[in-house]
Amino acid sequence: MTTATASGNGFRRFARSIHIPPVYYILILIFLVGGLLDQIFADGQIFKNPAIMLNIVVRSVALGIVAVGQTLVITGASIDLSVAYTISITAVMSSYVMQGKDVNVPQAILVVFLIGAAIGLVNGLIITKLHINPFICTLGTSLILSGIINATFSDYTGKVPQSFQFFGYGTLGPVPVSILILLLIVLGGWFLLARTKFGSHLYGVGGNPEVARLSGVRTDRVLIIAHIICSMTAVLAGLFLVSQMGSGAPWVGPNGVYDLNSIATTVIGGTALSGGKGGMWGTLGGVLIFGILDTVFNQLGVNPYLKTVLQGAIIVVAVASYTLRSKKEAA
Amino acid sequence: MANETQEIQPLMEVQHISKRFPGVVALDDVSLQFYPGEIHAVVGENGAGKSTLMKIISGAYIPDSGTIYLSGEKVFFSHPQEAQLKGISIIYQEFNLLPERTVANNIFLGREPSRFGTLDIRQMNNQASEVLKEIGVERMISPTALASSLSVAEQQLVEIAKAISFKSKVLIMDEPTAALTFTEVDLLDDLIGRLKQKGMAIIFISHRLKEVFDIAEKITVLKDGKFVKTVSKKDVTPADVVYLMVGRALDHYFPALGKPEEFGDVALKIKDASNDMIKGVSFELRKGEILGVAGLQGSGRTELAQALFGVMPFKSGSLELHGKALAIRNPYKAIKNKMGFVTEDRKAEGIAPRQPIRDNMLMTVRAIQNLFGVIHKDGIGKSRQLVPMLGKQVDIKTDSFDREAQFLSGGNQQKVVLAKWLASDADVFIFDEPTRGIDVESKASIHDMIRDLTRRGIAVLMISSELPEIIGMSDRILVMADRKVVGELPAKSSEQQIMLMATGHATTNTVTAGKE
Repeated sequence: MTTATASGNGFRRFARSIHIPPVYYILILIFLVGGLLDQIFADGQIFKNPAIMLNIVVRSVALGIVAVGQTLVITGASIDLSVAYTISITAVMSSYVMQGKDVNVPQAILVVFLIGAAIGLVNGLIITKLHINPFICTLGTSLILSGIINATFSDYTGKVPQSFQFFGYGTLGPVPVSILILLLIVLGGWFLLARTKFGSHLYGVGGNPEVARLSGVRTDRVLIIAHIICSMTAVLAGLFLVSQMGSGAPWVGPNGVYDLNSIATTVIGGTALSGGKGGMWGTLGGVLIFGILDTVFNQLGVNPYLKTVLQGAIIVVAVASYTLRSKKEAA
Repeated sequence: MANETQEIQPLMEVQHISKRFPGVVALDDVSLQFYPGEIHAVVGENGAGKSTLMKIISGAYIPDSGTIYLSGEKVFFSHPQEAQLKGISIIYQEFNLLPERTVANNIFLGREPSRFGTLDIRQMNNQASEVLKEIGVERMISPTALASSLSVAEQQLVEIAKAISFKSKVLIMDEPTAALTFTEVDLLDDLIGRLKQKGMAIIFISHRLKEVFDIAEKITVLKDGKFVKTVSKKDVTPADVVYLMVGRALDHYFPALGKPEEFGDVALKIKDASNDMIKGVSFELRKGEILGVAGLQGSGRTELAQALFGVMPFKSGSLELHGKALAIRNPYKAIKNKMGFVTEDRKAEGIAPRQPIRDNMLMTVRAIQNLFGVIHKDGIGKSRQLVPMLGKQVDIKTDSFDREAQFLSGGNQQKVVLAKWLASDADVFIFDEPTRGIDVESKASIHDMIRDLTRRGIAVLMISSELPEIIGMSDRILVMADRKVVGELPAKSSEQQIMLMATGHATTNTVTAGKE
């Protein structure tokens, strides 16, 4: 009777001991294949160009930020389909309040964070207190938000002051600010999940709510907080997008498919939809995979629908491999 | 020793505990004392009230009447957490660990050591190490191992560690060794011995008399929710305890047994059949015969039925249906070959609760029809008269067959399941717990119906955990234990004979006994 199941070879055990999520193997594979395609079809101009390489990450920032929140709620065996329209409402409201003036920025930020917190609170309350399936609940709030936005705003609204665009385009030395923001958020998400009581309780709630409850975890409160944080990440993503575009449009959220893509990248990263299992670094891996696909397909000028096909295939393959792995471990 | 403990104040005492559930008295005025440093087994047949009593002690159920005293002080628990904080921990049969979290995380879930909400992981692992050391398993289990990487026995040790970390004084274990191997059982025995040394009161529920006699010092017998007797192990034999557990008259009329001269050819013949769940099963089942299958929970009874019906097919050995060798790889094939399976879990596997009674009854008929065949709400062709006919045959009490099956009583639901299989024209029936949770009246009529089937030449394999039912209905009795057939008994064997065999205290060398 040893504690380790001792499956696999030395390298895999090493990777597990330092907790490299398996999604990074897929990431490396896609990176290599992308580089190969680049060599063949574009003489390596993408992968030799550091600006384009950085762009992989820059393109992933908004999705990455939402995926952090999505990872939290999914770890708690919940889900949030309303993030896309939370992003939209953030974009239009913040630019509407800012009206291109620096002085309005603090108010705008306050307003959108209040809206975000309210959305998360409502989602969390409906799911925990009314016992509505989280998929249905957030689908409902998502539709409500979309109706409100489309009835109120139809096109670009307001303007973002020049200074605010620093978040989207600024650099600190050679490093784009946006990348630092993403890193900061992912680090924060990791800290919450792996290093706080809240995170520990969230794993409990997602893994087995009854066990968590009997162990003294206030399960409802934990899940509500997770939903509030998730909506806040959507607000952050919305602010980031607005700073990139200079103005807010009601369609930014749904156009970026941030709801389904954030769920997809979370799941590719190894977080189980059934909850209780997963982590933030895996999600970052999932987001970077989508970023590489995006960049490579863009630069090579391939039909973008093919990218969608590939994304779909990666989701299925990744999740299937996790299922097979855990089956093998159980045996 | 026994005299000494009598003078010590009991660590925990329950007085006049009663608990009723709709239609059943689960516990009726039960009083018991548990002393520090004592290992106390609570035994009884299924439905004796053991689990209900443990759930009341640990705060999962609130008793209708009666009081609990802890170290002489009256206590009341409205939630398991309250009992836990008072030092009463329970370890359920199904494990309650988060598989994807570490041992330390599991032990301290909800009470993680932290500074300003930030986990103190080192502190948590250290404390977990200490607890593991306290029960002497620190070299076996690392605090940072994932729970899912542990064996069943190790998971159980973690649960015990979790209980210890609450500074428990009373530890309750529900069938602690049900899933363990022999060496693991030894390990657990050792540990229980050490906990006893610390002055804890250890209570465990078990079906296995052998283990009760190996581990416990005191044995309390419950029967039908009532206290029967508390005895010291050294004063009794296993047979005495079995007598206390089952010593009662059959409380229900059963139809007459079949006459051996009327049994027909062998309908179903299994030889050395095994899969992952059951080992080397052999038996023959004749037309017109009811073969009872008895055994404790986890002995492989249901798994046998599932293997026969192709739910979890046999991987080796042979199966002959009416003399024809056959591999039943899935339920479709079983139904095609005229087998019927009335499953144990009526709600999950028997009826489609939201479908009308009519569709439930026609389910098997439609299953073997052409997939794109036309269906009519009453069935088509000659099956059109089926629903009213079946309804009459099984005597379902309903005003309309269009009513959703979920609105019927348990007994009537079971009759719908029965009708479904009658409709399939099966000639080999498997019943798994045919009358569990059914009122007495429906019980009798279902028993009559099963016997009627055999009079029409149908072969019946009937699994039941209710010994009176096994004895009252079976023309022969197979006894299973440890996922094997351990022996065969003739009709009208006594409950003691069956229990002794099923608990591993007696075996017969019949042709059907498993290898070794």
